[in-house]
Amino acid sequence: MAITFPETHATHDDAARMLAMRRAGLWLFFFSETILFGLLLAARFFLTGIEAEPLDQEVGLAITVILLLSSVTAFSGEVAIRKGRQKAASWWFVATIVLGFLFFAGVAYEWSIAHFSRENPFGTVFFAMTGTHALHVLSGLVMFLLLIPHVIKGKFTPTNYWAVQAVVMYWHFVDVVWVIFYPALYLVQGVD
Amino acid sequence: MHAVGTISGGVALSLMGFYLGIGLTALIRALIGYDPWHQELAIVIGFVFGLVGWLMGIGMWSQWGREWFGLKTYTPHMGGWQRYFMFNHDHKVIGIQYLVTFSVIFLLAGFLAMLMRAELAQAESQILTNAQFNSIMSLHGIMMVAVAVAAVIGGFGNYAVPLMIGADDMAFPRLNALTFWLVPPVAVLLLLTPVMGGLETGWTAYPPLSVVTNQSQVLFNLAVITFGLTSILGGLNFIITIIFMRAPGMTWGKLPIFVWSMFATAWLALLYTQGFAVGLAMILLDRVAGMSFFRAVEGGDPLLYQHIFWFYSHPAVYIMIVPGFGLALEIISHFARKPLFAYRYAVGGFLGIMGLGGAVWAHHMFTSGMPNFLHGPFMVLTEAISIPTGLVFLAALGTIWMGRLWLTTPMLFALAVIFNFALGGVTGIFLADVPTDIHLHDTYFVVAHFHYTIVGGEIFAMFAALYYFFPKMTGRMYNETLGKIHFWWMFVGFNVTFFVMHWPGIQGMNRRIADYPDSLEPVNLLISLTAFALGASFLVFIYNIINSWIRGPVAEDNPWGARTLEWQTTSPPPLHNFPRPPRVVGHPYDYGVPDSVHGVFDDEPVPPPAHAPAGAPAGGGGGGG
Ligand SMILES: [Cu+2]
Repeated sequence: MAITFPETHATHDDAARMLAMRRAGLWLFFFSETILFGLLLAARFFLTGIEAEPLDQEVGLAITVILLLSSVTAFSGEVAIRKGRQKAASWWFVATIVLGFLFFAGVAYEWSIAHFSRENPFGTVFFAMTGTHALHVLSGLVMFLLLIPHVIKGKFTPTNYWAVQAVVMYWHFVDVVWVIFYPALYLVQGVD
Repeated sequence: MHAVGTISGGVALSLMGFYLGIGLTALIRALIGYDPWHQELAIVIGFVFGLVGWLMGIGMWSQWGREWFGLKTYTPHMGGWQRYFMFNHDHKVIGIQYLVTFSVIFLLAGFLAMLMRAELAQAESQILTNAQFNSIMSLHGIMMVAVAVAAVIGGFGNYAVPLMIGADDMAFPRLNALTFWLVPPVAVLLLLTPVMGGLETGWTAYPPLSVVTNQSQVLFNLAVITFGLTSILGGLNFIITIIFMRAPGMTWGKLPIFVWSMFATAWLALLYTQGFAVGLAMILLDRVAGMSFFRAVEGGDPLLYQHIFWFYSHPAVYIMIVPGFGLALEIISHFARKPLFAYRYAVGGFLGIMGLGGAVWAHHMFTSGMPNFLHGPFMVLTEAISIPTGLVFLAALGTIWMGRLWLTTPMLFALAVIFNFALGGVTGIFLADVPTDIHLHDTYFVVAHFHYTIVGGEIFAMFAALYYFFPKMTGRMYNETLGKIHFWWMFVGFNVTFFVMHWPGIQGMNRRIADYPDSLEPVNLLISLTAFALGASFLVFIYNIINSWIRGPVAEDNPWGARTLEWQTTSPPPLHNFPRPPRVVGHPYDYGVPDSVHGVFDDEPVPPPAHAPAGAPAGGGGGGG
C-alpha cells in the first residue's frame, strides 16, 4: 500500500471554487440546523402556548449581552486575521472563549436556580432549548480552542483563512439562535 | 491486511469509547450525588462515545481528525476488495458500499416480512408470539425505510451523480465516506433490539408507548438519529456537488434527469430529516432526563410527536420516490431511444414535489384528534401533489409514446415503476380524502398503498438501476434471461400480493396486528402464498448478480449505447472517472437528432489530481487515471 500526504497544490481557480463550495456547504448546514432549533421553538409554543414560568430576568439579559459581545470579539478576530495581525486575532479569540464560557456558566446558573422542574411542560421546553443551544455553544468553544494554536503558529494568511471564517460564522449562527430563543423563553409572558 | 486492521481498530476504539462513556456517566452522577447507575443514560452516553471511537478508528482520525490539531493526515490507497472496507473517499467505492450493505439489509428485512406472512397465513397465533410479531414488524419497517432512504440515494446517487455531471468526485469526499461509515453502528443497534426486549412501537415510534416501553426503544432512537445524520450530510454533499462540480457546458437545462431528481431529493433530506431526529431525541429526553414532551399526565402532548414525526416522514416518502422517478425517466429515455418528453415539465414536477412535500404531513393524522379545521387544508394540499407527480408521468408516457422500446431488464423494471406507481397513486386519493381515510386509516389498505408506491415505485426503480449500472460498476454483464425471469416473477408476485391486500384492508383488517378475524383467513392465506413467491424471486436475482459479478462476460464501456457521460468512460471507470476532461455540448437525451452529442472530451490528458497518486487503481478493469 502507498501512503500519500494530501497537500493541496490546487490552482487559483480551484482554490476559489473550493472556498465557495465550503462556504455554501456551511450555509446548508445552518439551514438544516435552523430546522432543529425551529422545531424546538415550535414545541415550546405547541406545549405551553405563551405561558411561561418566571425566570431571572437579570441573568437572562446579562447572558444575552455577553453572547452578543462575544460575536463582536469573534468578528474583530476575523478582521485582525484579514489584516494579517495574528497576535491580535488570537487575543480576540481568547476573549471570545472567555465570554462564551461566561454565557455557558450563566445558563448553568439559571438552571441551578430554576424553581420549576423538568417535568413541568415549560421546564421541559426551557431545559431542552437552552440545553441544545448550550451544547452548540460548547462545541463552538471547542472549535475556538482548536483554532487558537493554528492562529498563533501563523497558519492563516489574509487571503487564506477559511477555518477562521467557518468557526466565526458558526459562532454568529449560534448567537442568532439565542437572539430568537431569548425572547421566546424570557420575554413572552401569558396574560395573568 | 490493512482493511482488517482498520476495521478491528474501529471496533476496538468503539468499545473503548462505549465503556469510557458509561464510566464517565457513572462517575459524574456519583460526584453530584445521584445513583451512579442509570442504565438508559449510560447507553446513550456510551453510544455517543462509542460512535466517535468507531469513526476515528475506521480512518477519520488519520485522514481528517489529525488536521484539526495541525498534524499531517495520510490517506492509504489500495486496490482490490480491501478498498471497500476502508474509510474510502472514492464516490464509486462508497456507492458500491452503500448498495451492497443495503442489499443485504433489504434481503434481511424481506426475510422478516416472510416471517410475518407465515404468522398471518392463519388467524390467531401459530409460530410467533405477539411480542415477537411486534418486534419483527417494527424491524421490518425501520430496516426497509432505511433501505428506501439510502439504497438509491447513497448507492446510485453516489455512484452515478458525479459521473453524470462529469465531475471527478463528490464535493466533500471525506464527508461522503463519513456518511457511509455511520451506517454500521446503526445496523448493530437495530440488530441488538431483539435482545433488549424487542421493539413494540413499529417504525413510527409513537408516544406514549415509546416513552414507557422496554429499553430496545433507546437503541432504536439512537440508531435512527445516527442514520438521520447520514441522510442530512449526504443531502448537503449532493446539493453542493450538483451546484459546483458540473463539467464545463453542463448547464442546468442539460442536466440528466436523474441528477435533477437527486437535487430535489437532497434538499428534502437536508431540511426535513431533522424532524424525525428531533422527535426521537424528545422521546429520549422524556425517558432519560425525565422531561414531559409527550407525557400527558404532566402536561405534555403526544400529538406534538405526530406533527414533528410526519413533518419529516411525509417528505421522506418523496426522498424515497423522487430519485426512483428520476431513474425511471432516465432509463425509459435511453431505452425508448427518444428525447425525454417534456424534460422541463419533469424538472418542474420534481421541484413542485419538493416545494409541496413539506406542507401535507397532517394527512397522516386525520384520526389523531388534531383540530378539525386542519383536515380540509391538508386534504386539499395532499391532493394537489398529484399535479407535479402528474408532470413526471406526462414525461414518462410521452417518452414511451411511439418509441421503439428496447425491452431489456432495466427497461422492464422502469416501465413497471410507472405502472405500479399509477396504482399506488390512485389508492392514495382514498387515503388523502378525509371521509374515506377515517374508514381506511391503519388498515391493510394503507399497507397495500404504501407498498405500491415505495416497493412498486422506488424498489422497482432500484432494481432497474441495479441492472442498468451493473456493467458500469463491475465491468461485467449480467445474464439477460435470468434478469427477465426475475422481473416477471417479481412483477407478478408483487402485484398479486399487494393488489389483493387492499381487500382485507377495506374489510377493516388492522395493520401491525398479529391476529385478525377468522372470516379473513382465505384471503390472508392467498396473500401469504403469493408473498412467499415474491420473496423467492429474489433468489434468482442473488444468483444472477453474484454469478455474473464473478464470471459474467466482460462488459463493453457503453453496452446500452446511452448518451450520458457515465457511459463515455471505461467500465468500471478509472479512479478519477474520466481519462480526459469532459465538456458538455448537447442535451443528454437527443436520441435520433442528427449530429448531436452530449459530451465531448478534450484531447489533452488530465494532469494527475493533486490529492491522489497517479495510476492508483480504482476499478477491477479500469484504465489508469
Ligand atoms: Cu404522507
